[in-house]
Amino acid sequence: MPKTRIALPDSLDYLSILDEHGKVDTGLEPALDDSLLLRLHRTMLLARRFDERLLSLQRQGRIGTFPPIAGQEAAHLGAVAPLRASDWVVPAFREMAADLWRGRSLESIIIYNNGFNEGSRIPAERHDMPISVPVGSQILHAVGIAWGMQYRGTDDVAMTFFGDGATSQGDFHEGLNFAGVFQLPVVFVCQNNQWAISIPRSKQTRSQTLAQKAFAYGIPGIQVDGNDILAVYVAAREAAERARSGGGATLIECVTYRMAVHTTADDPKRYRSDVEVEEWRRKDPLQRFQGYLSARGLLTADAVKAEEEQVAADIQAAVERAEAEMTSLGDPLLMFEHAYAEMPEYLTEQRADFIRFMHSTQKEGDHA
Amino acid sequence: MPKMTMVQALNLALRQEMARDDSVIVLGEDVGVDGGVFRVTDGLIEAFGERRVVDTPLAESAIAGMSIGMAVYGLKPVCEMQFDGFSYYTMHQIEAHASRLRWRSQGRYHVPMVLRAPYGGGVRALEHHSESREAFWAHMPGLKMVIPSSPRNARALLVSAIRDPDPVIFYEPKAVYRAFREEVPEEEEALPIGRSRRVREGRDLTLIAYGAMMRPTLEAAEELQRRHGVEADVIDLLTISPLDDSLLVESARKTGRVAVVHEAPRSFGPGAEVVARLVEKAFYHLEAPVARVTGYDVIIPLFSREKYYLPGAARIVDAARNLLAAK
Repeated sequence: MPKTRIALPDSLDYLSILDEHGKVDTGLEPALDDSLLLRLHRTMLLARRFDERLLSLQRQGRIGTFPPIAGQEAAHLGAVAPLRASDWVVPAFREMAADLWRGRSLESIIIYNNGFNEGSRIPAERHDMPISVPVGSQILHAVGIAWGMQYRGTDDVAMTFFGDGATSQGDFHEGLNFAGVFQLPVVFVCQNNQWAISIPRSKQTRSQTLAQKAFAYGIPGIQVDGNDILAVYVAAREAAERARSGGGATLIECVTYRMAVHTTADDPKRYRSDVEVEEWRRKDPLQRFQGYLSARGLLTADAVKAEEEQVAADIQAAVERAEAEMTSLGDPLLMFEHAYAEMPEYLTEQRADFIRFMHSTQKEGDHA
Repeated sequence: MPKMTMVQALNLALRQEMARDDSVIVLGEDVGVDGGVFRVTDGLIEAFGERRVVDTPLAESAIAGMSIGMAVYGLKPVCEMQFDGFSYYTMHQIEAHASRLRWRSQGRYHVPMVLRAPYGGGVRALEHHSESREAFWAHMPGLKMVIPSSPRNARALLVSAIRDPDPVIFYEPKAVYRAFREEVPEEEEALPIGRSRRVREGRDLTLIAYGAMMRPTLEAAEELQRRHGVEADVIDLLTISPLDDSLLVESARKTGRVAVVHEAPRSFGPGAEVVARLVEKAFYHLEAPVARVTGYDVIIPLFSREKYYLPGAARIVDAARNLLAAK
């Protein structure tokens, strides 16, 4: 027979547990500890309010450009929640709620977004990479880290984040392909927020879903409601367990929405309608999760109020600490540091010349 | 001491470093079963197994990006590019991440990877197989760029590159791979990265070169002595970046007449940086403008014409005589 059919996967799971109307699929609902649920809520609320505060700080000129996360909290917080401290997270740049869950301080985010390198210092206890700006390029680092985990015989996993736009990049393809070939413990988490600045998801690929791209690399793919933290959590937990037990990589597509600007330098009115944004507002991940916790009797209106107050106080304290800390930062000589383990001779010379120049201008200033 | 080609000497360095440290991992296209298209990794898969000598899918950016992840995780990946012309696929990963992660993480992470690539012309190869684009890499802060010139220094520099805590681009002059043999000690030998070397002592003029250009440069020095009675001080850069200018400056102050030789295109090439350093640090000792004997600012021609593009001993001698004639 010259022409035969090759059987390939022609369908894909879509996972939704807590839908936008607050309905729960009890058959799929994970049995999570109350304390875990409440910690997730605290982090999600903190991330939402901190995001709002960052936006206002930016508008006041107190920080620089940054990428807000509003609307995407569940899609990345839910993904990192099943991870262990020894697992590695390789972020893109719009996963702040996940950063907070993994232990990043609010101050470091303010300091970083104020243009101080000190804010991207990762403390020794966190096995996470700093944010990565060039779209999709970080995917390959997670693959290399996972290669190391496999080589060293650990059962840790590497989880990496990227957006819908990144799936058009070569590094996305290469990363999934390598992870498939080497059966590596990676969880690829796509934050499909529908927009890559002004380009809609439909103009990134003709594929019906992003998750189906996994099949081309011989790894499982799943699409989840990214505004449903329970669904994201369950999909990520399953992918992480598969990776730990030698089952290789998984691609998770979290269908979510960027409620705010791409960065504070962006004006979404140029490319999308308010109607669309309003539709997604009804699918808000925070309200949805709060409804769920309230229905389970874990969160009362008074408790939400108390949480809000606590979160506001934490943010205010962090802003004050960061602004105080920044008054002592800014030593320009830091720019010569961390280029190499040992400073090369020519850099030592350039540094010395810089110091000489700074002293000379100061003296001139004194004279004047 | 056994006499080895550069290919054998590089293989020795890899073999010994892999035996010494199980974090050293070799990866790339055809590096395993095939032993590399130039056979630099020949026999390593038999000695160390496919866990440590990894035949990857054909994707240079992923080879570099995966190496970055491996290095951050604590391994020492030594990845191979089949030819310099294909190494530019990795440029984004190297520029955006390998060279910056120490800085970005403020010292928490570093990227002790080596990216090996055969470079340069003179082997009658296809398009994209003969370029000399070390300046691309040398322009990136955070990166080291090393180019050996002989079997012995290739071995000793590769050992240092593997042990270096920072990312090293290691360009291997493919014209030298099997061109000659040199005694290479079996016992460990390492040369410091970031140090140039005087390979011939003279007082009349200075010739500065590296990589495959060391042979025509030394031939030129020989001819200058034999036919013209001129003694050339010859310096092998060995490391392009971080560039060590101490020896260059010392020699220029002594001779006052300097030519810098490379097969890379002239404009913005490594020679331009050498000239700039000499102008900054030896200007008042120079008796003549510094000469650049280099490739022309064109795409290297296909091999029927490459001999006209590549600097040879005759062009170097010609430049040297012009330097000596300058009043």
